Amino acid sequence: MAITVRIPTVLRPATGGAATLLGNGATIGEVLGKISADFPALKPQLFNDDGTLHRFLNVYVNDDDVRYLGGVDAPVGPNDDVTLLPAVAGGALS
Amino acid sequence: MLTISKRQRDAMIATCVRALPDEGCGLLVGSNDGVVDEVVPSENVAHSAKLYEIDSKLLLRTFRQAEDNGKEVIGVFHSHTHSDAYPSPTDVVQAPDPAWHYLLLSLRLVPTVLRSYAIVDGVINEEEVVVEEA
Repeated sequence: MAITVRIPTVLRPATGGAATLLGNGATIGEVLGKISADFPALKPQLFNDDGTLHRFLNVYVNDDDVRYLGGVDAPVGPNDDVTLLPAVAGGALS
Repeated sequence: MLTISKRQRDAMIATCVRALPDEGCGLLVGSNDGVVDEVVPSENVAHSAKLYEIDSKLLLRTFRQAEDNGKEVIGVFHSHTHSDAYPSPTDVVQAPDPAWHYLLLSLRLVPTVLRSYAIVDGVINEEEVVVEEA
């Protein structure tokens, strides 16, 4: 069963312009791992080298930030909606 | 060019003053011609005088509502409490979207200095900010 993954504008150059992708898997790590296998340019924007989620990426299952659901281990089901958004952050000169 | 109203400018200043001693921040919703329809204040979840981060739930909600209303999230504002209204290296590295307006408010001096930038591939370009009466 496919899970819809919504891609933000800023990541669409890596998906050939696609705004939504269909993925599958039981966890966020599996779903995003499979779509980044299809679109290798996405991978460094989604994952750190150690396989954790990129610090500057927000990943949501339905309305919930996966940081609070176990990160890459967050469970996803067939009717779930996954949304990716860039984290909006920065700071002053130190 | 970024167009805001006086009321929106004052709302951003108020958000940033309330956040002191931390940086204040929020999102700008509008149209792709740079006209701001709504200023959406956020909690600074970094809780820092040197860093800011928009609350992730507010970010999702704001993107969805903007989309439902035929609008876009067109930028972000945040304050520098002790430095000028110019993007820091951290701001540049973390700037997610080349189409966005990065509005900075410096609370270092009174009155507050407000300036806006486009950040494309690490290059900072200042843009004009028009403050309308309405």
